[in-house]
Amino acid sequence: MDLSDGTTLPAAFFQPGSSSFSDFLSSHAPDLLPGKRAQLMAAATPVDAPHGTTIVAVAHTSGVILAGDRRATMGNVIAQRDMEKVFQADEFSAVGIAGTAGVAIELVRLFQVELEHYEKLEGTTLSLEGKANRLSLLIRNNLPMAMQGLAVVPLFAGYDLEAAGPETAGRIFSYDVTGGRYEERKFHSVGSGSVYARGALKKLYRDDFTEADAILACVQALYDAADEDSATGGPDLTRRIFPVITAVDTNGFRKLSEDEVATITEAVVAERMQNPGGPQAPLR
Amino acid sequence: MTMPFGYVSPEQVMKDRADYARKGIARGRAVLVMSYGGGILFVTENPSSALHKISEIYDRIGFAAVGKYNEFENLRVAGVRMADLRGYSYDRRDVTGRALANTYAQILGTIFSSGGEKPFEVELTVAEVGDTPAADQLYRLTYDGSVADEEGVVVMGASADEIGTALREGRSDDMDLGAALRLAVRALAGADGETREIPADALEVAVLDRTRPRRTFRRLSDAAVAEVLAEG
Repeated sequence: MDLSDGTTLPAAFFQPGSSSFSDFLSSHAPDLLPGKRAQLMAAATPVDAPHGTTIVAVAHTSGVILAGDRRATMGNVIAQRDMEKVFQADEFSAVGIAGTAGVAIELVRLFQVELEHYEKLEGTTLSLEGKANRLSLLIRNNLPMAMQGLAVVPLFAGYDLEAAGPETAGRIFSYDVTGGRYEERKFHSVGSGSVYARGALKKLYRDDFTEADAILACVQALYDAADEDSATGGPDLTRRIFPVITAVDTNGFRKLSEDEVATITEAVVAERMQNPGGPQAPLR
Repeated sequence: MTMPFGYVSPEQVMKDRADYARKGIARGRAVLVMSYGGGILFVTENPSSALHKISEIYDRIGFAAVGKYNEFENLRVAGVRMADLRGYSYDRRDVTGRALANTYAQILGTIFSSGGEKPFEVELTVAEVGDTPAADQLYRLTYDGSVADEEGVVVMGASADEIGTALREGRSDDMDLGAALRLAVRALAGADGETREIPADALEVAVLDRTRPRRTFRRLSDAAVAEVLAEG
């Protein structure tokens, strides 16, 4: 890679036709693409690296919420207590990641640049499906790494500006390690605690959820995941570490402030003091 | 000794090439770039809303050009690629207007002095917005690769000198966006000794807004421009 100031740029910089940053990297600086590094790695000895865990997404009547716990684990050790695993992808979408933290964060960075790069070159943003498909490709390119145990599974949520109305504009896409892309209805979760989180969401979700309801459902679901799964971190009241909660609606992306999340989480914890199982869904 | 038949002196070659490039550039409508209190303002007359002469390169860096569209578009794309590559492999803060201006200067200079290719018929401005108007950086690049670090105002294209004088007289570092835009449009409309009315939808207007976090570049819609102009 030649970034020196004294020479003119290589031909790849002037290549017409592509608005993709990852395509540009693969022709000009393939060593910067996460997936291309697999063949450089030694024989398939599993690497011990921090893993990120549970991410939940809930669509509501005016957009979508994406939230995640803060824990990263390495085997039975807590590698990090306050890791952030939910990020802004662009003005109208957010991405959360479960799996090998180092690779995942690099993939998110690449995805962010990919969307911004397209926007700058084309003068317009990608459609929500276009963004989701692009993420799919990045995950697929990471397959060789996934085969060596360094898998990354994202959850993508965005506000579709071309949707018929705000009720249907909040959309959620899940992925598998091969890059398979699946649109989810209403809510979804990924990561080690996702089974418990999804169980909770299944009982809590209502079609008429407002944004505040969806946020509360996410906090409850993450609490339930942490309750059952040792790799998911619950709210840490002593260190004041709370989940990361992001919201996307017609005004764009917003990350809830630490104080907002603290207030909601503390209320949930106080309520669980009376009832450890959390809110009860009606039996009939 | 007699000169070989068909000899042209290097001075003449360079002069011809410069004349060729200058003629192409002077045909284009003027683009102006100026610092104001809230950021850096870009204004040009451009009836097309799809083919831009002003665009975003990176968080705090904007790009403006006059001349041949395909040539400056090529340079713009290369600039965005360079900025994104640098920001991705180092950090967003490591992308600077100075590095970009240097690279453009090398590209333009190399092509201008190579015998085989025709020189680029373009003139560019790379602008980087700072925390204060005094910290703004405006680099003007000409077809032969020379770079000038300008203070407060850059005007390129037709009647550039005249418009530049009008702007420098009227501009101050504490102007707000409305005042700056009205001054800019007055200067554009008053060029060539006549006063025209330029409708808002014939203008391309953008700012690097120093108060915004991260990506500071923002285009102003025709409606927003019309509203500001009506206030004056």
